[in-house]
Amino acid sequence: MSQEMFDKLAEAVIEGETNDAESLAKEALKKGLDPLLCITEGLTKGIQEVGELFALGEYFLPELISGANAMKTAIDIFEPALLVGGQVREVAGTIVIGTVKGDLHEIGKTLVGTMLTANGFKVVDIGANKSASEFIDAIKDSGADIVGASALLTTTMLQQKKLIEALVEAGLRDKVKVMVGGAPVTESFCKEIGADGYAENATSAIDLAFRLVDVPVKQTTS
Amino acid sequence: MRPKLNLLSSELVQQIIGEGFALLMNPGIQVHNDEALSLLADAGAEVDKENKIAKIPEKIARQALDTRPSEFYLYDLDGNQAVHYGGDSLQFTPGSGGITILDSETQKQRQALTEDYTKFIKLVEMLPQIDAQSTAFITSDVPEGIGDLYRLYLALNFMRKPIITGAFEKETWWTMKDMLVAVVGSEKELAEKPIAVFDVCPSPPLKWSDITCQNLIDCAKYNIPAQLISMPMTGANSPVTLAGAVVQHTAESLSGVTINQLVNPGSPIVWGGSPATFDMRKGTTPMGAIGTWMMNCAYVQVGKELGMPTHSYLGMSDAKIVDAQCGLESSSAFFAALAGANMVSGSGMMDYESCLSYEKIVIDAETLGMAKRLVAGIDGRQTPIALNIIQELGHNGSYLGHPHTKKWFREELYFPSDVIDRDTLETWEKKGSKSTWDRAQDRMKELLTKYQPSPISDEVKKELRDITTKAANKVGMEKLPDLSFD
Repeated sequence: MSQEMFDKLAEAVIEGETNDAESLAKEALKKGLDPLLCITEGLTKGIQEVGELFALGEYFLPELISGANAMKTAIDIFEPALLVGGQVREVAGTIVIGTVKGDLHEIGKTLVGTMLTANGFKVVDIGANKSASEFIDAIKDSGADIVGASALLTTTMLQQKKLIEALVEAGLRDKVKVMVGGAPVTESFCKEIGADGYAENATSAIDLAFRLVDVPVKQTTS
Repeated sequence: MRPKLNLLSSELVQQIIGEGFALLMNPGIQVHNDEALSLLADAGAEVDKENKIAKIPEKIARQALDTRPSEFYLYDLDGNQAVHYGGDSLQFTPGSGGITILDSETQKQRQALTEDYTKFIKLVEMLPQIDAQSTAFITSDVPEGIGDLYRLYLALNFMRKPIITGAFEKETWWTMKDMLVAVVGSEKELAEKPIAVFDVCPSPPLKWSDITCQNLIDCAKYNIPAQLISMPMTGANSPVTLAGAVVQHTAESLSGVTINQLVNPGSPIVWGGSPATFDMRKGTTPMGAIGTWMMNCAYVQVGKELGMPTHSYLGMSDAKIVDAQCGLESSSAFFAALAGANMVSGSGMMDYESCLSYEKIVIDAETLGMAKRLVAGIDGRQTPIALNIIQELGHNGSYLGHPHTKKWFREELYFPSDVIDRDTLETWEKKGSKSTWDRAQDRMKELLTKYQPSPISDEVKKELRDITTKAANKVGMEKLPDLSFD
């Protein structure tokens, strides 16, 4: 009976059906199933399958994103129940992610955030056009291990440098790893501004994030 | 008859325009610029200051479409009309905003230096098929803070052709404007005979950042042409359908025309863009995708329906080396030409929109020459077309020596440079069995030796250097790189 529910949750993630994931999660809690097992035996199995299908070229990004969204919706329902039961969901790390001030491009950052969620990170997506102080507030609130700053324009990539300067000023630089990305950003720019890592796409962003939190890379979606 | 590629039915064009106008009202345009919001509010738009959203009634946008010029010219540094934005005039300019150069020796991308940039400008100057310069890529030997204006500074020192440029900051736009004024003599002269166009990009979906919106406004204040570059990516930041992405492009572009014309009715503005399909496996934005080409054609058709001068971003490749993929994808310039775009950006550009290559632009120039010939179309030339000549020469005629051949062959045929191999196998082998890449290098070297210096005086050059040095000082660079290597 629990296995049936785990399978259904996995299926909702594989099919990318957010509404199903939501109602199934609620149903599972009502039936008194273990929320942690629902995540590990249901949702995680589902997202792993999505990742494999993506790697095989059978699934495309819209299916990957829908799957991750379905998973996130269900996790949001299970998490309060975990707290009540004193259980802790193991996360690979917490990451604050956003697009820098003056830049309104969301897509790359959102894609990275989604993929990180699917790979077991807790992602705090603060959106686009965010100042260094908004990044810093979110880092403080979430106790993030990593901050990811995206810039799509040669005009705004300088803001990534400003963010690092602000982190130093706020005394946070040695507490949080900085990863940067975006079309104009390069490895050498990353080094120049003193960031901890650069990733040129969402897949390498996941490798990088695992590396930055010192967890051996074990991607579910690559 | 000029051959024309219309991908949209007239009903679909009207539907796209209708939905574009409707988006201006609901959900409106998010404008992160207070000056623009005030202008829009004064004109009668409903402005939500807190969320920076302007709901723009169709009437206001229609007024802007009434005041925008349907055509204008760009001038070269000798004061001649060099580029015509309007009608079906077709011109080409290199891709701009690149961040690397493809090294001629290693065939690998690397950061560019001042001497790479000046070499590129000289090469573009010497390629007859290319009509305008562009601030093609940034150089790494100056601080990022002056990356945009330093490109223009270098270009102005070496160019004659007009230039497509763009600013990265609000303040740097002003420095760049001062440079242009220094070259032409006065603000009035610049307004009357513009030598540059500024690209301004809305942020998809339906947004304007503070910086680009200010650039759009400031261009209008000085009657400097602005080129709208709306960039929907199918299924990522815009609807996945090609028509749906063009709807979004239409709304963003209409909002740009509106803001620009509210500042200064009659200011020159171009309906441009750089849409792309979004690769659903790699998460990249392929410029070589057929959908990208189709959207370019479609939005140009919409712009033409609205009577706008048009621009398109085609002729790039996603390839990382100058290979067969690079060549086949760059032929998208034909599509832009057939769509009737007035200015086509993209030649020389590869790896999406990030890298420029000397060799590629030399090869691309051949495509552009062919495209210009293509849109000149097929003309009967005379009546009868050929009846009398064929009857005259009969079954054993040789046309090579006939006056009809001599009269028309230069107009009828396009003559490629030696980049295109048309030798016999034996001759090709004798010449060293050279690849396209090798032949492009040969042509590049030959063209560069023929380069003639820019017409601007030493005084103007000094003024440009002073303006640029001042800007460099502000970002901590004391002395500009030396230009005396040429």
